[in-house]
Amino acid sequence: MQQNNESHKPHIVGYATYIFVWLSLLALTAVTVTVAGINFGGITLLIAIVIAIVKSSLVLNIFMHIKFDDVVFKVFVGIAVLTLTAVFVFTFFDYLSR
Amino acid sequence: MANHVIAENYVDFYKEKGKHTGLGAWLLTTDHKRIGIMYLVAIVTFFLVGATLGFLMRLEMLSRGRTIMDPQTYNSLFTLHGLIMIFLFIIPGIPGVFGNFFLPIMLGAKDVAFPRLNLLSWYLYISGGLFAVVSVFLKGGPIDTGWTFYVPYSIRTGTDVSWMILAAFILGLSSIITGLNFITTIHRLRAPGMGWFKMPLFAWALYATAWIQLIATPVVGITLALVAVERLIGIGLFDPSLGGDPILYQHLFWIYAHPAVYIMILPAMGVVSEIIPTFAHRTIFGYKAIAISSLAIAFVGYFVWGHHMFSSGMSDTARWIFSLTTFLVALPSGVKVFNWVATLYKGSIELGTPLLFCMAFIFLFSIGGLTGLVLGALATDIHLTDTYFVVAHFHFVVFGGGGFIFFGALHYWFPKMFGKTYNEKVSKAALGTMVIGFMLLYFTMFILGYEGMPRRYYDYLPQFATLHIVATVGSWILVGGILVMIGNLLVALKKGKKASMNPWGGRTLEWTVPSPPPVENFEEIPVITHGPYDYEYNINGDSDKMEENYH
Ligand code: HEM
Repeated sequence: MQQNNESHKPHIVGYATYIFVWLSLLALTAVTVTVAGINFGGITLLIAIVIAIVKSSLVLNIFMHIKFDDVVFKVFVGIAVLTLTAVFVFTFFDYLSR
Repeated sequence: MANHVIAENYVDFYKEKGKHTGLGAWLLTTDHKRIGIMYLVAIVTFFLVGATLGFLMRLEMLSRGRTIMDPQTYNSLFTLHGLIMIFLFIIPGIPGVFGNFFLPIMLGAKDVAFPRLNLLSWYLYISGGLFAVVSVFLKGGPIDTGWTFYVPYSIRTGTDVSWMILAAFILGLSSIITGLNFITTIHRLRAPGMGWFKMPLFAWALYATAWIQLIATPVVGITLALVAVERLIGIGLFDPSLGGDPILYQHLFWIYAHPAVYIMILPAMGVVSEIIPTFAHRTIFGYKAIAISSLAIAFVGYFVWGHHMFSSGMSDTARWIFSLTTFLVALPSGVKVFNWVATLYKGSIELGTPLLFCMAFIFLFSIGGLTGLVLGALATDIHLTDTYFVVAHFHFVVFGGGGFIFFGALHYWFPKMFGKTYNEKVSKAALGTMVIGFMLLYFTMFILGYEGMPRRYYDYLPQFATLHIVATVGSWILVGGILVMIGNLLVALKKGKKASMNPWGGRTLEWTVPSPPPVENFEEIPVITHGPYDYEYNINGDSDKMEENYH
């Protein structure tokens, strides 16, 4: 698609970056598993969610190239993330008030 | 608008000689119109299967005790009926058939953005359907959990839940891909000059729907996969005996399944917004309000799922919050209904079959929507939840709304899709019969539910007998009407007179191409200079009806 090429900045991500990101993902998974085994009480869930957010933003930005893409794609991802967040908030209206 | 009328001796897409011939010309096609027709055949077939199951259930309820089946069969029948109607008929229905066939034409494009992906999504749909059919014949017997797969029962039942879950998973994938395709098509392939607010309202509705398909469907895929994992290795996520939380399952299921209700209804609302201006010969009232209310419904629709769980142990705070959002989502739907009625006001109305379908829709959908508010109010819901009131409510919404408009759309676009006209007298009589049967069948269920008849029961107390008999007779009339309607269209396919390019005097782009359309729709991509329902503007003077009405 021509239009796409015009608005698309060329970008190259080196293998080193990919490998680094992959190793970080593995490391973060290990942290999640370890943390799940320790009793942090109420904040266990919070820690898990924060790690998950870091991991998914790595995947989105680097592997899925969102960082290098047009604004419209960032808006799309933004809408999806906002919806997801709102869904979490609504679910917690139940869990936090039981 | 540029002159893009194609010469008389064009080759329509049925006759085009492509790379493949015979069945291959269909099964290997990437033409959005052929794919649309393949969806039509598959979806109508599944609808007839689903309707047969519904018919048999009603036959069982004709008298007390065992009539034609045992209780376990009844459990399987309502489950299969629900699954088929939801996942194989109403969710893919309008987008799969009419979205595929007409979205590109209405936007002035030659095809969807990803034609091959489009074919893949049809194959996924068919595979999902086949998995569902196969699961019925497996060792465990047909699944009996209800279409909602509620845990903990779905973890414990001996029937083959995992296969059916796999089927639903594949169908979800198909739905996601279609949504993705439509979003890209709408962003990328609009004809020159077609700004967002010059797009037909059907395209707006498909756009809003596609976003729901894209964002909500993965949730149900993963949730159902978790149920399968729970069955296989017992991880204890939902199973209370392993420390799991069954209410979490209900949250996850309805986080998808409620927005899915809008996947069912939004495209139907889009179709109504096309039919009404055509038959009132008048610009739609409040174009922007309708377009934006589609998005508003899609958005607010995400935050009402808890109303399916008022009586299942959710906290009080969550209950009133979800009750409030439920009342809010009624507003944009109300906006649409008022706009449609206002479009008819002072229009020169022609009572064609498609318009009558819309009238039936507005009537039935409004009853469905308003009784939804009865269920959305906490106090009344406690009394009515899990009774026939709920069964009546959702049939009014999804069947009276989405289902009727699926067939309304078929009657509206039939001449364009097949180049044939049908007998309007018969179609109107069939519709009338369907509405009468529908009311006898489902309105009775409101009363039954109010009086305490629980849903998903194979038997009933003596005081419910009369109303159950009325409902069963209603189902006969309804099914009779459906058969006449379909028979009429089949006869038209064989013997119908040739349809003209624009039999109803419509103003959107599909009426500017021949019936049936040529392979790539337009010889020359049109340039859009006016709104989609501009009745002051004469498109190109080639339509017979328009000539009669306006000159
Ligand atoms: C010929 C038309 C139809 C008939 C006779 C019919 C009849 C029925 C009956 C008797 C039940 C079971 C009530 C109970 O015992 O709880 C039922 C349930 C249901 N129907 Fe229909 N129906 C028809 C069309 C449809 C359509 C078009 C849809 C959706 C688009 C639909 C969706 C459902 C769903 C989701 C359930 C609930 C299943 C469950 O409880 O798990 N039906 N229907």
